[in-house]
Amino acid sequence: MKRFSGFNLIGEAFRSHQGWPEHWPDKAPKASYDAIIVGAGGHGLGAAYYLAKKYGITNVAVIEKGWLGGGNTGRNTTIIRSNYLYDESAHLYDHAVKLWDGLSQDLNYNIMYSKRGVLMLAHNVHDVQSFKRHIHANRLNGVDNEWLTPEECKAYCPPLDISPRTRHPVLGGALQRRGGTARHDSVAWGYARAASALGVDIIQNCAVTGIRRGADGAVEGVETERGYIACRRVGVSAAGSTSLVMKMAGLDFPLESYPLQALVSEPVKPIFPCVVMSNTVHAYMSQSDKGELVIGAGTDQYTSYSQRGAFHIVEHTLAAICEIFPIFTRMRMLRTWGGIVDVTPDRSPILGKTPVKGLYVNCGWGTGGFKATPGAGDLLAYTMAHDEPHKINAPYNLDRFRNGRLIDEAAAAAVAH
Amino acid sequence: MLLIHCPYCEEARPEVEFVYGGEAHIARPVDPSTYSDEQWEEFLYIRSNPRGRHHERWRHTHGCGRFFNAVRDTVTDVFETTYKAGEARK
Ligand SMILES: Cc1cc2nc3c(=O)[nH]c(=O)nc-3n(C[C@H](O)[C@H](O)[C@H](O)COP(=O)(O)OP(=O)(O)OC[C@H]3O[C@@H](n4cnc5c(N)ncnc54)[C@H](O)[C@@H]3O)c2cc1C
Ligand SMILES: [Zn+2]
Repeated sequence: MKRFSGFNLIGEAFRSHQGWPEHWPDKAPKASYDAIIVGAGGHGLGAAYYLAKKYGITNVAVIEKGWLGGGNTGRNTTIIRSNYLYDESAHLYDHAVKLWDGLSQDLNYNIMYSKRGVLMLAHNVHDVQSFKRHIHANRLNGVDNEWLTPEECKAYCPPLDISPRTRHPVLGGALQRRGGTARHDSVAWGYARAASALGVDIIQNCAVTGIRRGADGAVEGVETERGYIACRRVGVSAAGSTSLVMKMAGLDFPLESYPLQALVSEPVKPIFPCVVMSNTVHAYMSQSDKGELVIGAGTDQYTSYSQRGAFHIVEHTLAAICEIFPIFTRMRMLRTWGGIVDVTPDRSPILGKTPVKGLYVNCGWGTGGFKATPGAGDLLAYTMAHDEPHKINAPYNLDRFRNGRLIDEAAAAAVAH
Repeated sequence: MLLIHCPYCEEARPEVEFVYGGEAHIARPVDPSTYSDEQWEEFLYIRSNPRGRHHERWRHTHGCGRFFNAVRDTVTDVFETTYKAGEARK
């Protein structure tokens, strides 16, 4: 790996930038590895990176059925925040937010983490009460979150319409200043490049088709489209496809996969300074560095692996956006797309061991796992290296669906993540 | 938007008239007090979530109001069939 630095940049300028090597070499699978990660999304690549960097396990492969970052990592609206209500959630998501800080330096790759602030709008009395409760709970957990009056909301985000006559009046908002966005592709590429430099093999276009278990039930290796690979430590980070991969090991999971859509407008000059979320009217928006308005829609009501959703979902979202931001009513939309998100019954992720020895899982991030990317990678690596969860992800075990210790953040966080 | 054939109204209607009801043919416990934690987990939370044929419930909320079952392919979203509640799994 050739480091990105001012010095190297100037050097390369003299030879028309012909000397930069590929970010990561394409590798053929070896016969065996010390650890395998299934799924090269941000989470899986992050886990491989931290396995190599923090725990010295470098004989690692990341196996991806498509192209790296082509799953939800490359399809999401990149909102980062950690102002969750419950202690378990605040610890988990804030662990990630702390890692976002400094990640560009750590990876030597600009992931464009932008702390532009996430403003969550309150439209009714229930919202006001629930957001204030969140703010107090967050403060106790050392997570920043503050209450803004409608005028302060308008000052923070000028395109907002705060007149009391709108259909969804703005009664105030909760602002997390450390929240914001990052560049999704860069996150995947940055982790892939840094992991590969530490010796990790990244194997794309190679679906895992089976998980082989020995007589004692423990994992022995994985079957792939490019042959069998022996490995006693397998971490599955396959998002929407997790149920399918787990079935290969004989496990039924508390997961359902739903289409979730997003869309972007034609690019315009900088006009939208922060991220605005409105859970009550089901809309959230930010502006990308390219100038597009990035808009998140809702999930379809039915489970699907189609990677596309229905138009009436998009229509509903745009109606809400136009209501809150009348200045955007004449904007044209450029593209819509969908991803498949894996949703658990309590809307909190599952991150830890499984009943199968040597098999670990990171899934259930549903509509909101991008913000957790560095944290999830780090904690999956920790869990695989120690064969024990870290205390931050210990509550996110599978057993909770048996013993009833759910982390019901869905009820707490309303809809969007 | 899906077009869904309601087996009661005997008509294909747009999806917005319907509400999805989750996986079908998950039987309620007959004698709940005898259920173990494992059985509750299975009943409440474990879902087959297949890629391909999926048995699922729909309710024609803005039509006849009745629940029925369907078989849909979760890759193409095409309905194979819909049938009345109480009929055997297709
Ligand atoms: C439209 C949309 C908007 C979103 N907005 C936000 C947001 O604003 N903020 C936020 O925090 N989160 C958001 N999310 C959620 C977020 O994208 C995900 O939670 C997160 O990216 C999951 O990362 P991952 O690495 O686990 O999954 P992915 O990036 O999906 O990676 C999983 C990988 O596993 C691979 N795979 C699957 N099966 C196999 C197999 N058998 N063999 C090999 N490889 C396999 C897939 O090809 C895929 O590349 C959004 C999601 C969507 C779809
Ligand atoms: Zn009907």
